[in-house]
Amino acid sequence: MSTIHIRGGRVIDPAQGLDATLDVWLHDRKVLAVGREAPANARPDEVIDAAGLVVCPGLIDCHVHLREPGNEEDETIATGADAALAGGVTTVACMPNTLPPLDTPAGVEYIVLQAKRAKKCNVYPVGAVSKGRTGGELAELGRLVEAGAVAFTDDGAPVANPALMKRALQYASMFNKVIMQHCQVMELTEGGVMNGGFQSMRLGIPGMPPEAEDIMVARDIRLAEVTGGRLHIQHISTARAVELVREGKRRGVRVTAEACPHHFTLTDDRLESFDSHFKMNPPLRTKADVDAVIEGLVDGTIEVLATDHAPHAPEKKARELNLAPFGIIGLETLVPLVVTHLIGPGLLDWPAAIRMLTAAPAELLGLHHRKGSLRPGMDADVTILDPDARWTIDPERSRSKSRNTPFAGWEVVGRAHTVIVNGEVRYRLGPEA
Amino acid sequence: MSTPPAPTGEAPSPAATPSWTRRHLLGLEDLSAGEITAILDTADSFAEVSDRPRKKVPALQGKVVFNLFFENSTRTRTSFSLAAKRLSADVQDFAASTSSLSKGESFIDTARNIEAMGCDVMIIRHSISGAPQLLSKHVRSSVINAGDGAHEHPTQGLLDLMTIRRKKGRIEGLTVGLVGDIAHSRVARSNIWGLTKLGAKVILCGPPTLVPRGFEALGCEVAHHLDEVLPRLDVVNVLRIQFERQQKGLFPSVSEYFYFYGMTRERLERSKPDLLLLAPGPINRGVELTPEVADGPNSAILDQVTNGLAVRMAVLYLVSGRGPGASKAE
Repeated sequence: MSTIHIRGGRVIDPAQGLDATLDVWLHDRKVLAVGREAPANARPDEVIDAAGLVVCPGLIDCHVHLREPGNEEDETIATGADAALAGGVTTVACMPNTLPPLDTPAGVEYIVLQAKRAKKCNVYPVGAVSKGRTGGELAELGRLVEAGAVAFTDDGAPVANPALMKRALQYASMFNKVIMQHCQVMELTEGGVMNGGFQSMRLGIPGMPPEAEDIMVARDIRLAEVTGGRLHIQHISTARAVELVREGKRRGVRVTAEACPHHFTLTDDRLESFDSHFKMNPPLRTKADVDAVIEGLVDGTIEVLATDHAPHAPEKKARELNLAPFGIIGLETLVPLVVTHLIGPGLLDWPAAIRMLTAAPAELLGLHHRKGSLRPGMDADVTILDPDARWTIDPERSRSKSRNTPFAGWEVVGRAHTVIVNGEVRYRLGPEA
Repeated sequence: MSTPPAPTGEAPSPAATPSWTRRHLLGLEDLSAGEITAILDTADSFAEVSDRPRKKVPALQGKVVFNLFFENSTRTRTSFSLAAKRLSADVQDFAASTSSLSKGESFIDTARNIEAMGCDVMIIRHSISGAPQLLSKHVRSSVINAGDGAHEHPTQGLLDLMTIRRKKGRIEGLTVGLVGDIAHSRVARSNIWGLTKLGAKVILCGPPTLVPRGFEALGCEVAHHLDEVLPRLDVVNVLRIQFERQQKGLFPSVSEYFYFYGMTRERLERSKPDLLLLAPGPINRGVELTPEVADGPNSAILDQVTNGLAVRMAVLYLVSGRGPGASKAE
C-alpha cells in the first residue's frame, strides 16, 4: 500500500485534456490524485522530482511480438516486457503468431501467467482470428475473450478469405472487440522482400507492391462498413491506404489505424545496402508514402502509434536478404523516434503524440476504463520521460533478447526516465544506460 | 604507381589507365566511366595472352582464388577458373550443393571457413540479390560478384561492353537494344549501368510483364514491339528466357514470345546491315533466336565468351591490387 508522489512535472493526459505543471499522487496501485495540492492524509513513501520531465499515463503499445511460446531464442515475455519498460511502455498487446498460435484459451492464459511471473510491464494477449492462423475457420473468439484476449488478428497471415473476414468482424462485435488486420494480398507479394517500385527494380530485389496493401485495406473497410464491426489497420504504410482510411472514417466506418516509427522515418532506398535490418513487412516505402503517413498522423486519420516490435536472433537476421526474416525490434526506440522525428520538427505537439501512445491505444484495446489516463481510480501506470535527453541508439544495450534494429547509431532526443507499473517503480534510467 | 605485370617480360603492358583502388567488384552501378574503361583497357591488354602458345602470365602467382558458387553455373565458373589459372593463381571450386550449407551452415560461416584456409579472392555466384555485398562485409578477401539474383552480373556486363567496343570501335553514341526478361535479369542491369555510363543509348524491349513501367527512370527507353525499334539498333543483346517465367504466367507461351521477340533472318534483314548481335547464353535456339542468326555473320556470341576470359583476368588482376593506383588500395 505504498504511496508515490511525482512532483512538479509537465503532466500530459490527453484523455482529460490536461497539459500543465502538476503533481501526481499514486496510492495502492491506483491514481489517487493529479493537482497542485496534496490529497488529505497522503503520506508519500517516495517522492520523485519530475521538474523538467514529462509525466504521462503509462505508454501502451498495441502491436508487439514477444515470441513466447515457441521462439524463445528471439525473445521471451520477460525480456520483451523488460525492453518495453526501458522504452517507457507500461502495457503491450502481444500478437498471436507464436508456436503454437494463441488460438485457444489455454494459450491466452499462458501469456497472462508468464507476464505475471515476469512482473515487468502489463501484457495483454491478442487472440488469433482463425484456428491455427490458417484463415480457415473462426477460432473460439468468445472463449478467448474470457481467457484474456483484448483483440483478434492473424497478424502476418492476413485473413485472405473475405467471407471469413466478414464473419470475424460480425462475430467479434458481440464482444465489442476489434479485428486487427495486417493488410496484404499475398498473391501480389509472392517472394517479395522490399517495396515494389523504382528501388526494387533498380536493385533487382523481388518487390511487394503498395497495391497489395491498398486493395486489402479497401476491401476490409467495406466489410467493416457493412457489418458495423471494428476494424484496425495494422502498421499502415502506403499513401493510398491512408487515404482509404480517411475516406472510410468520413463515411462513419469504425476503422482505426496505427503507424510504426520505421514507416515515418525510413524509405525503401535504404535497401541499397542489402542490409536485412531494413527488411520488414509491410516494407519501407517511398518518400511520398512516408509523407502520407505523417499527414495521416497529423490530421488524425491514424490515431495510434505502435512498434510492431519483431525480435529475431542475430543468426537469423544476418543472412542473405531473401532468407532473413521480416521485422525489427522497436520498444526502446519508440519514444525517441516520436520525439525526434514528429514532435521535434513540430509535426505533432506533445499532447497529440501522447494521446497516440496512451488514450488512443487504450480505447482500441478496450482498456480505457483502467488505462491510458491519470484520472483518479485508474491503474497506477505512469511514464516519466526526459524530453531533452540526447543519446545514441546502441543495440548492444537493448534489453530485448534480439538486436535487429535499423536505428543503430542514430542520434536521438527523448527517453524514458522513470516507469511505474501498478504503483511500483519498475524502471529508472541509470547512468550506465 | 605500380606498373602492370612484367616481371618476366611475358606479360602484356596495358596503356596508361585511370587508377583503380577498389578491393571488390560488386556491380557496375557503383563504378565511374573511368573505372569501367580501366577494366576494359586492362582486358584488351590481356586478350592476346589467350593467343600465345604458352597461355600464362605470372601476375597472381601465389594467390588463392576461390569460386563460391551457391547457384549452378558452368560457363561463368569455368571462365573465372581459367582466367585465374592464366594469371598463375591457385584456384579452388566450392559448390554449395556438396557443402555443409545443405547441413544448415550459414553462407557467411562457410565463407569464413574458406578464408581460414587462406584465400585472396572470392568469386561468388548467388541466387539472392545482395549476397556479394553481404559477403564483402564479413571477409578480408576481395569479392568478385559473378551474378547475384536479379541485381548485377558485372563481368557479363563488362564482356558485353568489351565485345561492342572491339567490334564497333566505340560505345558512346551507339543505340543498344536489350531484348527479353529485363525485370528478372542481372545481365540487363549490369548492361544498363555500363552502357549508359559510357554514353550509349539503351532501349529495353519485351512484353510489359517482363519490362514493366518504370525502367525509363534508369535512363533507358522502353519499347514493347521489337519490330518498331529494331531498325534503330546498332547492337542487340538478346537475353535468355527462363521457362519458369512462362510457368508463372508472365507471357502466354514460348511460341508467342518467339513470334514477337525472336531474332529471325527476316528481322535481321530489316535491321542495320552491321547490327551486332550479342546473347549472354546459354541460348535457347528457336526461342530467342534462330540457329542461322546465332551462327550468322552478325553474331558475336563466341567472341563474347573469348572476351569474357580477358575481362575476368583483368578484374582478378585489378582487385588483387596489381593494377595502376594499387598503392592507394585499402
